[in-house]
Amino acid sequence: MAQPLSQPPRTTAPAAPVAWWRNPTVRGILAQLLVLGVVALIVAYLVDNTLTNLEERRIRTGFSFLEQEAGFAIGESVISFSPADSYARAFVVGLLNTLKVSLIGIVLATLLGVLIGIGRLSSNWLVAKLASTYVEITRNVPLLLQLFFWYAVITILLPSVRQALEPLPGFVLSKSGLQFPVLIYDPSQIPLLIILGLSLVAAVIYRRREKRIQLATGREPRLLLPILAIMLVPVTLAHLALGAPLEFDVPEFQRFNYRGGGSVTPEFLALLLGLSIYTAGFIAEIVRSGILGVPWGQTEASAALGFRRTLQLRLIILPQALRIIVPPTTSQYLNLTKNSSLAVAIGYPDLVSVANTSLNQTGQAIECIGIMMAIYLSISLLISFYMNWYNKRIALVER
Amino acid sequence: MQLKNALIGTTALMALAAAQQVYAGPTLDAIKDRGQIRCGVNTGLAGFSIPDAQGNWTGLDVYVCRAIAAAVFGDANAVDFIPLNAQQRFTALQSGEVDVLSRNTTWTLTRDASLGLHFAPTTFYDGQGFMVPADLGVTSALELDGAEICVQPGTTTELNLADYFRANDMEFTAVVIEGFEQSLDTFFSGRCQVYTTDVSGLAAIIANDAPDPDAYVILPEVISKEPLGPAVRRGDDEWFAIAKWTVYAMIEAEEKGVTSENASEMRANSTDPTVQRLLGASGNMGELLGLDQDWGYNIITQVGNYGEVFERNVGPNTPLRLQRGDNDLWTRGGLMYAMPIR
Amino acid sequence: MASFVKNPTPPRSPPLASVGVLGWLRTNLFNGWWNSLLTVLFLALLAWVVPPMLDWLVFNAVFRADSSDECRAADGACWAFVEVKYRLILFGRYPFDEQWRPLVGMLALIAMALASCDRRNWNRRLLFIWAAGLSVFFILMGGGVFGLTSVRTSLWGGLPLTLMLAFIGIAAAFPISILLALGRRSNLPLIRALCVGYIELIRGVPLISLLFMASFMLPLFMPTGVSIDAVLRAQVAIIIFAAAYLAEVIRGGLQALPKGQYEAADALGLGYWKTQQLIILPQALKIAIPPIVNTFIGLFKDTSLVAIVSLTDLVLATRQALGDPEWRQFFIEAYMFIMFIYWIFCYFMSKYSQYLERVLSTTRRA
Repeated sequence: MAQPLSQPPRTTAPAAPVAWWRNPTVRGILAQLLVLGVVALIVAYLVDNTLTNLEERRIRTGFSFLEQEAGFAIGESVISFSPADSYARAFVVGLLNTLKVSLIGIVLATLLGVLIGIGRLSSNWLVAKLASTYVEITRNVPLLLQLFFWYAVITILLPSVRQALEPLPGFVLSKSGLQFPVLIYDPSQIPLLIILGLSLVAAVIYRRREKRIQLATGREPRLLLPILAIMLVPVTLAHLALGAPLEFDVPEFQRFNYRGGGSVTPEFLALLLGLSIYTAGFIAEIVRSGILGVPWGQTEASAALGFRRTLQLRLIILPQALRIIVPPTTSQYLNLTKNSSLAVAIGYPDLVSVANTSLNQTGQAIECIGIMMAIYLSISLLISFYMNWYNKRIALVER
Repeated sequence: MQLKNALIGTTALMALAAAQQVYAGPTLDAIKDRGQIRCGVNTGLAGFSIPDAQGNWTGLDVYVCRAIAAAVFGDANAVDFIPLNAQQRFTALQSGEVDVLSRNTTWTLTRDASLGLHFAPTTFYDGQGFMVPADLGVTSALELDGAEICVQPGTTTELNLADYFRANDMEFTAVVIEGFEQSLDTFFSGRCQVYTTDVSGLAAIIANDAPDPDAYVILPEVISKEPLGPAVRRGDDEWFAIAKWTVYAMIEAEEKGVTSENASEMRANSTDPTVQRLLGASGNMGELLGLDQDWGYNIITQVGNYGEVFERNVGPNTPLRLQRGDNDLWTRGGLMYAMPIR
Repeated sequence: MASFVKNPTPPRSPPLASVGVLGWLRTNLFNGWWNSLLTVLFLALLAWVVPPMLDWLVFNAVFRADSSDECRAADGACWAFVEVKYRLILFGRYPFDEQWRPLVGMLALIAMALASCDRRNWNRRLLFIWAAGLSVFFILMGGGVFGLTSVRTSLWGGLPLTLMLAFIGIAAAFPISILLALGRRSNLPLIRALCVGYIELIRGVPLISLLFMASFMLPLFMPTGVSIDAVLRAQVAIIIFAAAYLAEVIRGGLQALPKGQYEAADALGLGYWKTQQLIILPQALKIAIPPIVNTFIGLFKDTSLVAIVSLTDLVLATRQALGDPEWRQFFIEAYMFIMFIYWIFCYFMSKYSQYLERVLSTTRRA
């Protein structure tokens, strides 16, 4: 890549002295200076225009607005937020909302995508056809429309709050979203939390030990039941012994709707559904080509060794396919995170939505859009750094 | 080098195509050169600015622009209406995409001081209210504690809403939906129990958009002051003066009983010096503004006085059925008061 | 010790259960208990979902109606909405009597795209095809010449606008992206840094933030008195966006070329630009064509975001059609209709890209 591409023709005779303007190094430097100059000029022109305009039109500048009271309400938030809080906190709320929907969306899209990707390769004709229909539909319709569609379906099909469904006691489903009971915090629950933490550590240690034994002896690890036991038994016993109160905050109907408990709004639900379903279509294709990318001989060899089909997939094919799958999947994760910005169209208060509102309330477009872009850029860079590191880790170590 | 040249050529062409001169120098000169006023209006708000089936714009805000065009060109149709949403409106005005913004825009200190605009006199005194489905049985906004409220982002509405609930120690959940149509869809689907915007807007929505107009009621509380009027860019005082005095001329005409029907006759016969100055029969008002002597006459004959425009677009005989209220003349207990034309 | 068979047994006909319909069913749907279970499960699911869906979509649907009341009375979908509003959905607020112009303009764009699919046109002719297609489109849409009345861009809308944003987006981004891709592979550090910076910056942020930037910040960047048309602003954002993605695709094509090609060009004494023009780009672009088509599909879908900044594209035109209170409640039908339009375009383009991938890879091996 770093080879000089613009070298003059080589002659057999010792190089004749070339004129300086034909010297590739000099030309390279000149070309760079020229490009840099042009770019700098353009930037300077735009900056100058902007400054003049801001000055002439008396538009406020600077980031001091971040400390001011925001004055508007945000529909849902991970941390507490009231209109009396600052713009800075509003941005944090927006960012957290973006991260929330992206993280959950990534998990759901991955699960769904892997299932459908494997489904497309199924020997079952019906399953394969259904899976490919799914992919052809979801990938070929704009995400924005899918979001509108899901939001419309949710707000139309679900009953109004006063005729809310209660699929499980305490769980309420209506046009206002899903409300569910949450545990009320009590200080006496702390020992339980500590025990739960210790159990987790024990489970990790146990899993390591089993893997070591597997490496040494080839004995297949017993994981599911023992780990479940480690996680659940001590905590249950402790709870019975200590009798810490476990009370739930159950949503109850008030004047207009259900209050209390936890809630998932229809906006969040529609965005999550839309993002996961859309991205799963892409992940499915990646998974499929990843699996097809593993040489057929691997499948045959594992079949010859007597592995069942599910075990072939799990132990032989998928680990190898993963190397092909991970890089493009990462960029799908990035896409999902960026696509969550469409939240603004269906009223989920994500980063873009908050930035947009702030922009309109303060009139400071440059600052608000700048903050928004900087945050997205940082998220993108962070994810790609992490994934590069992960790629290196799982890369094939060849002898 | 062919490829390189082709690339450079294409890029340069695109850059050239991208920049388009819209106005040069003082706004009035540019407008006169163009022969049209560019007027930013709402994308569709019954009574204020809405295109009819033939694509002709009507509404109170629209007629303000027509009045300015009548003053400048003597032709109320010399207007290019540019529909703008809440987000675009200020940028469009700042950048010169429109010469005047007549889009139910509230005059506030922040906007006046930090957005680089000047507000011409208020053409409609409004206030924010709440609309609820009638079957909810709510009779006062103070009963709305805990409700989910649909509101459009980036408006003073959003801020007033938060203020009102804080002041009354109530809670609410904001469902903030970008876009007027979508926020209405969301409200009518039943996602929110309450919709909030200016009272006139609520009346327009019930008249024009509600699937069943009788199924919704507007609550009596008006929680804010929303003086709506045209705005122009800062830095061109001459143009600002024209916008300002066009509105005053319409109000003054109503006060003096000059209507689109009797204007010609009054110009010839009226002995009232104010009417004579307004209609250009005496004085040099037009010249002082940089306009024709006929400017006031053109406004009144082609668009009408303020009262006529009000009745035609939002008054009791329109689907909006709004009373004059605050928008009546000061002489009848309202707030409409024109500065003296002399 | 080879065994010896005197009279080889003639091959037996396959068991009945492995040929014909039964055999097909058996190998494709019921091989093993797991697959049989899946088949039964999904068949049950289909039986549960499909009939009511068909009822709603077709059998109980209203296709023509004089008023929306007929739709409200029916149990099925209200396709009458589409029948009543299709002109508004397809052409937005374009003057009603002039709507043959966007129709013909749109057909010109589609013809241009179809002509570009023919591999015989993959040469200089392509440039003329696009120049012709786009000129026809702009003359028809904008008017002002040949006795056509002039129509402002703020009235352009619907499908023609969507197609325009996508086609101009890809056409204008193409030369920029070639420069960016070459720049990213250049050995001049400053140029490389600039190109990498641009590409990573644009790819790191969502398109919607670029569109916001275009509609709110671009006016501030321009000197006083110069203003950019709203459609053009969105178009610029789309070009900026597409250029970064396209550059990465073309870089992929460049990277796929063996080093020998560069060395051969050097050996022939070609300079940098000649090398790129004659040796490298023709090959690299050919490799990159299928992913370029895929990028275009993505771009075509992404143009729907301009609805968020209030451009009357297909999506926003549909929303405006829904603004009529009489028909407001039929938005599922409206969305399905335009989803179908998008789907048709994207589906056939993706099939075309898959076809290209197959064809191009075989010719390369030969």
